[in-house]
Amino acid sequence: MSTLEIKDLHVSIETEQGDKEILKGVSLTIKSGETHAIMGPNGSGKSTLAQAIAGHPSYNVTGGEILLDGEDVLDMEVDERAQAGLFLAMQYPVEVPGVSMSNFLRTAKTALDGESPAIRTWTKDVRSAMDNLEMESSFATRNVNEGFSGGEKKRAEILQLELFKPKFAILDETDSGLDIDALRVVSAGVNRAQETNDMGSMLITHYTRILRYIKPDYVHVFVDGKIVDSGGEELADRLEDEGYVNYEKTQAPA
Amino acid sequence: MANTDATTLDEGPDLLIPGMGEEGETLVVQQAENQPVEDEETKYGTSRADRKTSFNLADFPVLTGEEEDWRFTPLHRLANLHLPEGDEKLLTGAAPAVSVTEHDGVSIETVARDDQRLGSFMVPDDRTSAIAWNSFSEATVVTVADNVNIEEPITISVEGNSTDPAAQHIHVAVGANSRVNLVINQTGKAVVSQNVEFAVGEGATANVTSLQAWDDETIHVGSQQASLGKDSTFKHVVITYGGSLVRLTPITRFAGEGATTNMYGLYFADAGQHMEHRIFIDHSTNNCTSDALYKGALQGKGARSVWVGDVLIRGNTSGTNSFEKNENLLLSEGAQADSIPNLEIETGIIDSGGHASSVGRFDEQQLFYLMARGIPEPLARKLIVRGFLNEIIQKIGIEDVEAAVTEVMEEEIADLEL
Ligand SMILES: Nc1ncnc2c1ncn2[C@@H]1O[C@H](COP(=O)(O)OP(=O)(O)OP(=O)(O)O)[C@@H](O)[C@H]1O
Ligand SMILES: [Mg+2]
Repeated sequence: MSTLEIKDLHVSIETEQGDKEILKGVSLTIKSGETHAIMGPNGSGKSTLAQAIAGHPSYNVTGGEILLDGEDVLDMEVDERAQAGLFLAMQYPVEVPGVSMSNFLRTAKTALDGESPAIRTWTKDVRSAMDNLEMESSFATRNVNEGFSGGEKKRAEILQLELFKPKFAILDETDSGLDIDALRVVSAGVNRAQETNDMGSMLITHYTRILRYIKPDYVHVFVDGKIVDSGGEELADRLEDEGYVNYEKTQAPA
Repeated sequence: MANTDATTLDEGPDLLIPGMGEEGETLVVQQAENQPVEDEETKYGTSRADRKTSFNLADFPVLTGEEEDWRFTPLHRLANLHLPEGDEKLLTGAAPAVSVTEHDGVSIETVARDDQRLGSFMVPDDRTSAIAWNSFSEATVVTVADNVNIEEPITISVEGNSTDPAAQHIHVAVGANSRVNLVINQTGKAVVSQNVEFAVGEGATANVTSLQAWDDETIHVGSQQASLGKDSTFKHVVITYGGSLVRLTPITRFAGEGATTNMYGLYFADAGQHMEHRIFIDHSTNNCTSDALYKGALQGKGARSVWVGDVLIRGNTSGTNSFEKNENLLLSEGAQADSIPNLEIETGIIDSGGHASSVGRFDEQQLFYLMARGIPEPLARKLIVRGFLNEIIQKIGIEDVEAAVTEVMEEEIADLEL
């Protein structure tokens, strides 16, 4: 059983007009096996939370703590956080020209485990994970995310999730840009990872549709850099009907 | 439509690499005004069409360093290959030794300078090329018969053994409808001005890789000029990593219609190395296609690269497709890359044309992505450099050469202080 604790997290970014605070005190605890859905309007800071947990250098943590089983995550380099068991499925996965998927996957797996995976089983694992996600085998020889369609990039993120077996996954709008079939396939991948590794997850989404496939234990409403409400699955349905107006001070369109 | 972009990044904040991993800017011109457009930099700005070509050395005055095509070259490092004192004393040192692998259908000759074939497919277009033309004593002529298919690469080994300023001439003719792989492997120590001419016969396919793997002290200025017959295909891959100063001017001219040229290059400049590549693609006939891609990695104080991509689409042509791109990766402080794509379109009826150019440091997003997957920073940086260089290595298309270049680049990367 693992625990990811986020305590009163404040994050700012540098802009041309000076520092701008994006996260204004986020607190959230996720335990192994739990799924926490985060829903909130555009620009409220959801991706910022995800990137700050992963350690993106553009985001400065100005206050608060992130602890993984009591260990200070903020003290770790980006790669150390991944090695400690955190995985971020990015809203916009990055293209890395000239680096093949298969080389990348093996290199990452080696770094995560501290030893290279056994050639035989690894090749088989990769192939069956790709089959499960209905990805053509040609993706293994293509360069990381290069020329992948939006949906293909999201599948490739979940492929990594299944192969790397993290303790906690942060899924930043993994459902955006997926067609109906892809949504089902990708959700099944997340559910498999959750079951086989007792993974905990933070699922950032704008739509309740994915929550039909991936059942959240908690739903949190994220507005203006903070969690402003929490509840069960029913909260998502209410948001779908009412939007975020009740949570926003001014009635800015979401 | 003329475009001249120069990007120089010496020191300063980390920059992303614009356009890396993306399609370069594509410029599609349809039925544009049928008039030549002049280069915007009037100081240097004559059209490439006006560049003098001549076998006569007197047509190329002693260099001042102000000339458009010499302004980036440190003349004091040319060890007199440019004859700064005047034209009286030509280059007399012993040229690097040439040996060529034997194949059925290929004749190899050493000929005197008055052999009629020499100079039939090239004309010098700068002073050092003209000096080399007027200085060499013997030339190597490699002739591939018509209608042969030679899979095994024809390898021309050029091995330097002296630093007396020398001149060299190599002539390669590929017969009609033949297909060949050809490698020029330049090693050893030399101070040499070199002309290489390629004739690609009608319907022929020539896949050429020129490796500049010289010793540290070598100074090499060279012109490699190709003349492409009707419906022929010419691939020219330049790999430069050895030598103190290397300045190459690869040129493709179209003798017939319907031909394709792919001009690729990779340079890896370490501390103190000057690597300059100036390509020229002269679209003077109809329905020809050109694609140029050069990539450079620079590391260490005083590592210096210059890339100039002159593409001229002449006014009397139609059906041209042309794209050129140059990307540079600065791996440390104190390295400098200049990149100048220069696409001149004199006609209104091209199919497509475009150019792109970039000079930058690591893409922080790529670095973050790899590290977020657990890959430690030094390894992530190496992966990115390797990926960057691979794109060119994969284009060589000759398995052994690709493997050898990969190995060399792995050594360069292993030495990186990232
Ligand atoms: N690098 C940056 N430079 C400038 N502003 C930024 C940067 N990163 C984030 N922001 C700003 O921070 C705010 C929060 O952005 P964030 O991407 O976290 O929102 P989000 O909740 O994920 O939105 P969406 O639902 O649209 O994905 C936005 O106003 C955004 O413009
Ligand atoms: Mg977002």
